[in-house]
Amino acid sequence: MLKIKGLKAGVEDNNILKGIDLQVNKGEIHAIMGPNGSGKSTLSSVIAGKEEYEVEGGSIEFDGTSIMDLSPEERAHLGIFLSFQYPVEIPGVSVSNFIKTSINETRKAKGLEPMPAGELLKLMREKMELLDIKKGFLSRSLNQGFSGGEKKRNEIFQLATLAPKLAILDETDSGLDIDALKIVANGINKLRTPENATIVITHYQRLLDYIVPDFVHVLYNGRIVKSGTKELAFELEAKGYDWIIKEVEEQCI
Amino acid sequence: MHLKEKLISAFDQSLDQLSFQQRRKESMERLKQDGFPTIRNEEWKYTNLQPLLKKEFELQASISSITLEEINEYILKDTDTYLMVFLNGVFQPNLSSISCQKAHISTIKNANEEQQKIIEKYWGSCLPKKGDAFVSANNGLAQEGAFVYLPKSVVLDKPLQIVYATKNDNALFTQTRSLVVVEENAQVQITERHQNFSDSEVFTNAVTEIVVKQNAIVDFYKIQNDNFKCSIVDNTWVNQANNCNCTVDTFSFGGKMVRNNLTFSMLGEHSESNMRGITLIGKDQLVDHHTLVDHLVPNCLSNELYKGIYDHNAKGVFNGKVMVHPDAQKTNAFQSNNNLLLTDDASIDTKPQLEIYADDVACSHGCTIGQLDDEALFYLRARGIPKKEAQAMLMYAFANDVLNNIKIEELKKKLNLIIAEKIGVELAIEL
Repeated sequence: MLKIKGLKAGVEDNNILKGIDLQVNKGEIHAIMGPNGSGKSTLSSVIAGKEEYEVEGGSIEFDGTSIMDLSPEERAHLGIFLSFQYPVEIPGVSVSNFIKTSINETRKAKGLEPMPAGELLKLMREKMELLDIKKGFLSRSLNQGFSGGEKKRNEIFQLATLAPKLAILDETDSGLDIDALKIVANGINKLRTPENATIVITHYQRLLDYIVPDFVHVLYNGRIVKSGTKELAFELEAKGYDWIIKEVEEQCI
Repeated sequence: MHLKEKLISAFDQSLDQLSFQQRRKESMERLKQDGFPTIRNEEWKYTNLQPLLKKEFELQASISSITLEEINEYILKDTDTYLMVFLNGVFQPNLSSISCQKAHISTIKNANEEQQKIIEKYWGSCLPKKGDAFVSANNGLAQEGAFVYLPKSVVLDKPLQIVYATKNDNALFTQTRSLVVVEENAQVQITERHQNFSDSEVFTNAVTEIVVKQNAIVDFYKIQNDNFKCSIVDNTWVNQANNCNCTVDTFSFGGKMVRNNLTFSMLGEHSESNMRGITLIGKDQLVDHHTLVDHLVPNCLSNELYKGIYDHNAKGVFNGKVMVHPDAQKTNAFQSNNNLLLTDDASIDTKPQLEIYADDVACSHGCTIGQLDDEALFYLRARGIPKKEAQAMLMYAFANDVLNNIKIEELKKKLNLIIAEKIGVELAIEL
């Protein structure tokens, strides 16, 4: 589904990603871990098409075609979804209207008619239940005054209603207490199908107790320096990142 | 001939046919002495009128007919309303519907004898003794316009729409004069629009006086979406007695040069004034808002919220003055002016001005100037909302709290559509 080869990207003169190779097939869950500043969020932003980043080399293919020249909205229309680490507060735009516009613009891009209002409401109610979201949430201003947990839950709510092919969860666990984490993880698990895929970006192994990855990659200094299965995540939790960093640096010498 | 000389000579020729001769003479004398303001005048620092004042304007229009089809696009149609249509300052009874049992809706000229006494009493009552040149010119020569009188405890059953249409073969200078008197415990909603129906240039000098008595409620909505040949100086003066509530909302989208002078005088205690505005303009447009809230007595509340979005090389001016006089203890006065500049060439000169001479008051003011937030744009686009629509969504969100306060649903919808058209997106977004 997603094929990244030799991806190099940065902001202005600052190289952040220095050659990433990553392949994600449908049905798979990949975890990308790594210390702060390793380039995890940059990778997710570049896949989603954030224009501030300059891609200096490599390629990103989605379902067999390059998405390098596509705008963020075109990538979203193809089914790429980024759950933001820091969801933006937009006063004056309600959650329901945001989701409605999002769904209908995506349908429009595919040549479909807008979703009938009744159907849309049913869909939103269903997903609210899945994520244990309270009534009244839909009419609130997008993320405005939301607690950290509410913001993350709102991201997963959008994920649930938009049902993308590829979901990239950027530090979804940060700011979530254990109960909220369980609800969010449970929601993500229920949304899993053999046809979609998930990339979980996280600093800690905690989330991976609930969302079990097929593969774990360690990102350090703009490169994936180690890949493995879920056992790698346990090792990282127990020993920290230093041993990998050391391993990498020894290899360089 | 310079506009000032033209007006003076027109006045000398027509004095015999005018009402209120003494008042008019005094006003014209003042115009003669003061002349129209230049940018050396602090109040006109950012708006240069000289090119406009030097133009050759006709004072009498040559076209005298307009059809309902032409007007239709510019009025609310799904809402049951009273409607007054003027063309080049002349009332059009065949296009209007003003028949009303309880209230008096007519023109200043057509008012009956009893109403003339009311006009006599209130005509000019909200204006300062020494008005500026535009007020003087209007006082001197303006003859016709809407006269709305709500007797005690009458609630007008439907809104009133006032359309001041212009249509002429050559450049036209026109002056309208409206008087709204709302007696004790009465209520009224009014929309007003100045609209040009020709390709000729139009310069309008409008004066509206609104007298709000005890316990009365007035909502006045100004829709400024004239074509790019039009300029207007719109002067609105409100006198409020005690325990009353008056709102004047100004929506500025069109016109080449738009200057709004809006003044509230709080003369009675426990009254509330609201003034809100949305300005959304683009290429070669200028909108200049000057507001003054004069808190003369204690215990009043004034609320001011103006939002502006400026594209291309548009120029905005906001000067909001709040005067709290020594007697006006316990005044609550809030003012806020927020602006979005969409390009490097767009500009806004904003000046909040609070003068407080009482010591027990709560007053605040603030202004912001910013751009659309890139992070917010990316967030919306990452959810599949195209750039243009995402920008539109953020602009709607920015202006939304002003729109939300509109009490006439169809007007809210119509303004949504105008905004969508101005931004260039297909549909109005309900937020």
